[in-house]
Amino acid sequence: MLDVFKRYRRECIAFFVLFALLSLYIATHPRGASTYVMTIWANQCLILALAAIAQFFVVVVRGIDLSVGAVMALTNCAASYLLNGSGFELVYGSFMVIALGTACGLINGLIVVFGRIQPIIVTLATGSIFTGLALLLRPTPGGSINYDFADAMTLDIVGIPTAVWIALLIILLFWFPLRQSGMGRSIYAIGSSEQAAFQSGISVNTVRIIAFALGGTFAGLAGSYFSYVTATGDAGIAANFTLNSIAAVVLGGVALSGGVGTLIGALLGACILKTISSLMFFSGLPPLAQPLIEGLVLATAIAIGSFGILTEKNRLRVFD
Amino acid sequence: MNKAKHPLIRLHGVTKRYGATVALDNVDFSCFPAEIHAILGENGAGKSTLMKLLSGVIQPSEGDVFVDEEIIRLKSPGHAIDRGLICMFQELSLVPDLSVRENLLLGAKDARYGFAKKHHLADARVLLDKIDASHVQLSTRVSDLTLAERQQVEIAKALSRQPRLLILDEATSALNSTVVEKVFDLIREQRDRGTGVLFISHRFHEIEAIADKISVFRNGQHIETFANGQYNYGAIINKMVGQSLTELFPTPAPRTISSTVLTLDSLSWNGEIKDVSIDVKAGQILGLGGLDGQGQNHVLQALFGLLKHTTGDAAVNGTQGMPRSPKAAKGKKYGLAWVPEDRKKEGLILEQSIQDNLQLAALGHASAPAQAVFEKLISSLELKYQSLEQPVAALSGGNQQKVSLIKWLVISPTCLLLSDPTRGIDVKTKTQIYQLLVELSKQGIAIILLSSDYEELVHLCHQVHIFYDGEIVDTLSDESLNAQNIIAASLNMHKKSSEAHA
Repeated sequence: MLDVFKRYRRECIAFFVLFALLSLYIATHPRGASTYVMTIWANQCLILALAAIAQFFVVVVRGIDLSVGAVMALTNCAASYLLNGSGFELVYGSFMVIALGTACGLINGLIVVFGRIQPIIVTLATGSIFTGLALLLRPTPGGSINYDFADAMTLDIVGIPTAVWIALLIILLFWFPLRQSGMGRSIYAIGSSEQAAFQSGISVNTVRIIAFALGGTFAGLAGSYFSYVTATGDAGIAANFTLNSIAAVVLGGVALSGGVGTLIGALLGACILKTISSLMFFSGLPPLAQPLIEGLVLATAIAIGSFGILTEKNRLRVFD
Repeated sequence: MNKAKHPLIRLHGVTKRYGATVALDNVDFSCFPAEIHAILGENGAGKSTLMKLLSGVIQPSEGDVFVDEEIIRLKSPGHAIDRGLICMFQELSLVPDLSVRENLLLGAKDARYGFAKKHHLADARVLLDKIDASHVQLSTRVSDLTLAERQQVEIAKALSRQPRLLILDEATSALNSTVVEKVFDLIREQRDRGTGVLFISHRFHEIEAIADKISVFRNGQHIETFANGQYNYGAIINKMVGQSLTELFPTPAPRTISSTVLTLDSLSWNGEIKDVSIDVKAGQILGLGGLDGQGQNHVLQALFGLLKHTTGDAAVNGTQGMPRSPKAAKGKKYGLAWVPEDRKKEGLILEQSIQDNLQLAALGHASAPAQAVFEKLISSLELKYQSLEQPVAALSGGNQQKVSLIKWLVISPTCLLLSDPTRGIDVKTKTQIYQLLVELSKQGIAIILLSSDYEELVHLCHQVHIFYDGEIVDTLSDESLNAQNIIAASLNMHKKSSEAHA
């Protein structure tokens, strides 16, 4: 037990912080811990959590994805056309929306690997393109999602928000393979030491492309879920989600230098960030102070994460 | 044991070039199954290049590689691993942020991207237990292991992959002798099962203990292969030394009695520098020799204020104590200048112009040098350039190194620290740099020259300290300063051989 705590120290800390914040939120909320309050909270958290997981896959291979929000916007706009039918159309539409996200991530990965360009530049450019496409699809917010389908995804099952069930399903489907399969190990390995991974016989290029594509898949999922919650298509959501996804992974203990961090960490980070903004909404603090508080929380988290540099004995290593 | 007829791997006419430097020169080499084949050679002899070639990290510029007498192009380490060519690299090939378990499974042939089979880990666990690493838990992160434990994990990782050819590059450098003996037992077991083993080590007694055959490399050429025990130490060292190139070197300045510029008194740091004392006089060229990474470079880094928490005392130019930062080190009180080994990363800002780079060291210096000082140095070193506005990246390696030198000389240091200033540059530039160093020493500047080229140490230096494992193991000057002694001391053999002679 102690071993698990040691190994997942960052996640445990994030979990306790979230627990404290959430307790405070429920305590201060006028309607308390009702299913209704929890469902709204969980829906908001899951949107950002999916975006943070998208960011996580790219960050863990030592990249950064500035197109997460743009892919969400594009898939959201696509969903507003594809998810307003019924029956089989919905299954087909859901699949296509996620495939679109994956394709966006794949494009990012291919350009990064074969163009040998830094991820930050590539995703800045492609992000702009994806936003542009989203605007072509939906110049103004509009369209609709099948209401029954959207309700099913955003209400609750046996009193527990559907969003929580989805989060549990994702953890189940991705947590185990990520730590136990060769592919998962390879993703962490190229983020931690590309050279060591290469020398161990890993095809560094393929693995990096797959990581970017997985990032795209989750950005697509985030876009889909955003559609269920808002039931409309909006091309203007990109910037906010990109920045918050980066903040969330940092809060969740994912190292921007790559190789360190977990999917659960990214998820917890996103929940912390969302809970802070919800708290402030009910705390009576002026809304304009919100960015200030969020910024302080983020800066503190980053500062704690980089204490290691102080113990380095060779000054040149600080620059590596 | 029946002798295999055809070699496991064979190199035919293999040449590897990096730009103008030839790392391997028309090499023919074979390794048979069921033999332990040691590779011996000085720094830059081509050993590492050979290993990288066989493990698929790099590809030959010319020539063919045969595996089982079948011509093959090893495109990547993954490709080599599939062929059973398993390399344990000198620069550790473990991923620091993954656990021991994850590292053992990383890139395994049957589970590269899928799920591993159980037997794989069980094998590795047995191997770890056999080499005194039973205390290493599979769940520990590699970055939390000691250097020795990492090497044990590396060995287990390599052996658990059922190698046909096992390449061990400095595999045991951090292990103590009892563990080494156990590792050797495992290696012999592998050999008896028919595995070919290529063994690189700088510990001569290890080679003597384990090798069946020895191959000597020098300047990228395969000199000779012979059975272990056929020659004695002296003969083997002579094979590693080769012909002297005296005509490259100017006549050194005569050694005059002068005042001490720099003293170091029992400097230690982080287990990588151990009790090092140095004394350099004005006009003296002091050489620091030894194999790569024995602490020499850290001594220069410490002197230039780059290392924290050093112990021991220093006095430079009459100022007591270690400089606390490069800014202090280059200041008037200390008057030091350091030209680092990696000019592309540490010495220069490649994208900036020659002009900007030249002025970088003098920035913030009390007395800004006049333009004439730059011009004089540029012409005396014959720096080849089109315009001073040109980015440094556009210059050849030799000219880049000149910029890196001039940059520091303009602040007129009293003591110049040089880390391998001629590595990877052409012969003409080398002679110009040699000329400059002798010139500077005549002017009374104290120079500490770290070099991996023993010719430089022999021909340029008044005195040479040889480093091994963070300590000075031998100090050579006058008659004792020759290539044979440098190599013997670098391999830490001198004590052994002098005992034998006594």
